[in-house]
Amino acid sequence: MREIWALTRKDLLIEARSKVVATQVLPFAMVILILFGLALDADRSSLRSFTPGLFWVATLFAGILAIQRSVSVETQSSAFEALRLSGAPGWKLFAGKALAVALQLLAIEFVLALGVVVLYRSNFADPVLVVTAALAATIAIASAGSLYGVLAVGMGVRDTILPMLLLPVLTPVLVAATRAFDDGLGTTAVNGWSWCGLLGLFAVVYGAIGAVAYAVVIEDA
Amino acid sequence: MPGFALRAVKQRSRCKLIGCKRLRRLWAVLLSVVWPVSLSFDYVTDSTTELAVQVRGAVVLLGRFPALAGLDLQLDTGTVTLVQGPNGAGKTTLLRLLAGLAPLESGSAQVLGHDVTKAKRQVRASVGLLSPATMLYDQLTIAENLEFWASLSRHDDVDLMAALDRVSMADFADQQVATLSTGQRRRAAIAVVAIRRPRLWLLDEPHAGLDQAGRDIVDGLIAGAIEAGATVVVASHELDRVRPLATHIATVAGGIVHSFEANSPGGVHA
Repeated sequence: MREIWALTRKDLLIEARSKVVATQVLPFAMVILILFGLALDADRSSLRSFTPGLFWVATLFAGILAIQRSVSVETQSSAFEALRLSGAPGWKLFAGKALAVALQLLAIEFVLALGVVVLYRSNFADPVLVVTAALAATIAIASAGSLYGVLAVGMGVRDTILPMLLLPVLTPVLVAATRAFDDGLGTTAVNGWSWCGLLGLFAVVYGAIGAVAYAVVIEDA
Repeated sequence: MPGFALRAVKQRSRCKLIGCKRLRRLWAVLLSVVWPVSLSFDYVTDSTTELAVQVRGAVVLLGRFPALAGLDLQLDTGTVTLVQGPNGAGKTTLLRLLAGLAPLESGSAQVLGHDVTKAKRQVRASVGLLSPATMLYDQLTIAENLEFWASLSRHDDVDLMAALDRVSMADFADQQVATLSTGQRRRAAIAVVAIRRPRLWLLDEPHAGLDQAGRDIVDGLIAGAIEAGATVVVASHELDRVRPLATHIATVAGGIVHSFEANSPGGVHA
């Protein structure tokens, strides 16, 4: 496990020094929330009903930037080659990178959650469901993102192609997370826990595919 | 271009058209999960082999260009081999092949008893590659970089300060890499290679960007590696610097070894 933690710690340390996520990605996510509010020109009750979808769209967009940052940390110093040379198993490299992205995403989601409470006056009807769904969705996004981020590097056009590759894959996660939040925030009467179960399945499947395929895609990075 | 290299180029072009190579690799990994023996039988190897490197008819393509076009090379354990040749001869690609980083299109390559295609992880864990890119993270300090690479390659027991001291960088341990000069980064990169205690050192232009003291440090590390029983391959244009250290000289051109000669360390070319 020490290889996984070493990678995660390294990425978080680099973020703590560079503050790219804190000073660029996070404000970007907040701007999305504000812009949606202005664009929809809706009253507070309408905004509250849109909150789950807006929250996860903002998280996805911010997540793509966080994933691009996670990849660029390695490409800037030609470190993908060094990661391969380390002899560490591909699944551990994947887990380390994905865990770092997931922790940064959770921090973004926490601030976004404060944002929707302040801006949209949203309430957490079922906090346990909200937190569980957020955890499962975050693992799914971080897993798919870490894999596709490296895949895009291998294709040589990472900045432009990553959203095109990633967003279709994450659309089911967006839908399921929005439905789970509908119930968790009390905006729509749906069975949030069944959607949360589906999110858990996505997290497991994306995590497993990433762990198996990372060793292959990193060869071309 | 030799016939087999041409065949490899054509084969690769065909594969690229339908993207089958990546699919083949993905399939191989998926198979290895279901049936681990298919990839792991090669791991049982004779670690007491006398040959550190055995390359036969190696073809490596960069795009459609054969950077190695049927290269043959055998290196005994405990030797220092200078790989010389003009730019574009294939020196760097040869080092990358030996590090398990360059995909082999045809031929075979054994490094420290492991097949570079079938046992990449074992090969990579046993070699230390010093390449032109320092592979250091700018935002981390030198000590943090060393600590990270030591943890990742499972060499946590290494005395990092001693490793930095060997390259005269102990005083800069807490300095961020972004603030270092090119030569200092190079020294730090050498320390990263050294902490892995590789059995095969692959040094690509190791003296580049270093001052006189730094060059002496590199020479000392090569001598130390040989004393420790390792094998060293140095690709360099600084022939006067490396020849006195080399036990063998391989001249590479056009992706093949044109000549391979014994050399008397100390500067007398045999």
